[in-house]
Amino acid sequence: MAVVQFSEEKLNKVKEIIARYPAGKQKSALIPVLHLAQEEFGGWLSAETMDYVAGILQITPIEVYEVATFYSMFNLKPVGKYLFEVCQTGPCMVSGSDQIIDYIKNKLGIGVGETTPDGMFTLKTVECLGACGYAPMMQLGKHFREHLTPAKVDEIIAECRAKAN
Amino acid sequence: MGRKLLLDKAHIEGIRYYDTYRSNGGYAAAEKALKTMGPEAVVEEVKKSGLRGRGGAGFPTGLKWSFIAKPEGVPRYLVCNADESEPGTFKDRYLMEFIPHLLIEGLLISSFALGANSAYIYIRGEYAWIPDILEQAIAEAKNKGWLGKNIQGTGFDLEIYVQRGAGAYICGEETALLESLEGKRGNPRIKPPFPAVKGLWGCPTVVNNVETIAAVVPIVNIGGDEYIKFGIGKSTGTKLISACGNINKPGVYEIEMNISVEEFIYSDEYCGGIKGGKRLKACIPGGSSVPVLPANLLLKTAKGETRMMTYESLNDGGFATGSMLGSGGFIVMDEDQCIVRNTLTFARFYHHESCGQCSPCREGTGWMKKVLHNIEYGKGKMSDIDLLWDIQRKIEGNTICPLGDAAAWPVAAAIRHFRDEFEWHVKHPDEALTRNFGLAHYADPLPLPEPASV
Repeated sequence: MAVVQFSEEKLNKVKEIIARYPAGKQKSALIPVLHLAQEEFGGWLSAETMDYVAGILQITPIEVYEVATFYSMFNLKPVGKYLFEVCQTGPCMVSGSDQIIDYIKNKLGIGVGETTPDGMFTLKTVECLGACGYAPMMQLGKHFREHLTPAKVDEIIAECRAKAN
Repeated sequence: MGRKLLLDKAHIEGIRYYDTYRSNGGYAAAEKALKTMGPEAVVEEVKKSGLRGRGGAGFPTGLKWSFIAKPEGVPRYLVCNADESEPGTFKDRYLMEFIPHLLIEGLLISSFALGANSAYIYIRGEYAWIPDILEQAIAEAKNKGWLGKNIQGTGFDLEIYVQRGAGAYICGEETALLESLEGKRGNPRIKPPFPAVKGLWGCPTVVNNVETIAAVVPIVNIGGDEYIKFGIGKSTGTKLISACGNINKPGVYEIEMNISVEEFIYSDEYCGGIKGGKRLKACIPGGSSVPVLPANLLLKTAKGETRMMTYESLNDGGFATGSMLGSGGFIVMDEDQCIVRNTLTFARFYHHESCGQCSPCREGTGWMKKVLHNIEYGKGKMSDIDLLWDIQRKIEGNTICPLGDAAAWPVAAAIRHFRDEFEWHVKHPDEALTRNFGLAHYADPLPLPEPASV
């Protein structure tokens, strides 16, 4: 298991974030720092990672756990290299998200919440991401993939595989 | 063509960047406010404009500003609510992505009016690429002397920071947002005290939606008296409507609040009619929390008057026969859509997003989801419909924040207007798994368009 430790560059980023708040309010940096930690330490937040974040923000570990378990973007267990988060709320549903979710399940041979055996893809369903006019859609990393069709899903999967090789 | 105040320059190549924004009249309002008006005059102008909160509640912005407490030696904060999460709503995203400087300029003027020297933009975590755009705009503005110390030599200081959330609808509620900004779970606070007195870190705080803050720019530019000429009655100015669902042209539209719902749906300037030549069945005009209306009540009020895209007209008839303008998340459903299934997705959404503090919401949303799931999947009983009604009644008004109401209203409206569709699901469980109820008598009151000649 790798040691949980931010690089010098990331530690400077943490300092920069803390400087946005008045003195003594460094707890406000918790969510931004958890985002950083999740990016840095394998796409999810282990107990070690959360304890480490508590240490650098000088708050108790429970304060970190409380927050990490509340917000849906923090993954509390490992996910695949590529996380497909497909919206399934009303506006996407009326535009065919059910069919897209079924298509991805069949194509990857996994259910919702599962990861492919090669650790490449995880499929999650999520609630409204604010792209209702461009439905159906999913979040992949930092960006949205919109106007999904089976052909587009194929392209995205191929693109991810190519990038991983 | 409707006149625009926010998106009038959105099409200009490079408007995302300072130089283009500035050379197209950007920061003129900030200059006017800071150099010639003074804080009180800005507040007065916003009051005069009749601007109402664009996040959904529609509370008068000038009035909200006037509540801010001003104790000596205590900092005040402006927080921009960019946690846009109401299903059907994606207007703030558009504004931030394409004209970020409009928001920055609005924040500058608003902070000046409120006497705030720090402003925070709290943006939903999923809009992960937008903070980069905003931070670039902030850096440009700072570089040009519109942020930082002694702005344009006026002695006013302001820093703007962007903070990402991490996936929680509830953080769009202003006190939950403040909790989140303080690094905590997004549990709404009990009011009073209101944020204007005790907000971020216990200091006086105003929380305004992105579009509200952006609207301050044209208000200062043209004046409150001119602003109220865009619109009808208490629905002054323009409103961004994010249109989605089964329409030909989904997207973000800026409307003058003086057009009819029919024009908005069917004219080529806006939604361009129902996709695939189908008929309109229902619409949720203001984001998932507001009551769904069948087509006949959407286009005309119960009194037979033309329904307009205004706060008042959409609310005409109360919840018995009306709805709300809300956040402007306009969700259109065609004849092939299933009301039960759609209501189920919203019930699931609210259950997922309930913070869990108040029992009626935490438990009630889960029950509604389960009961709706049973009805949708052919296991419903007739008594379930009354049970649903009973549950939503017991959530509404019994929670700390409005998420409870927001969860209750869609279910109540679906049963109120589409009860026979629910009953059909119960009576025909097998058939309901294979086909939808259809348009039935929720008739689209408009004549079908002539088939195009081949």
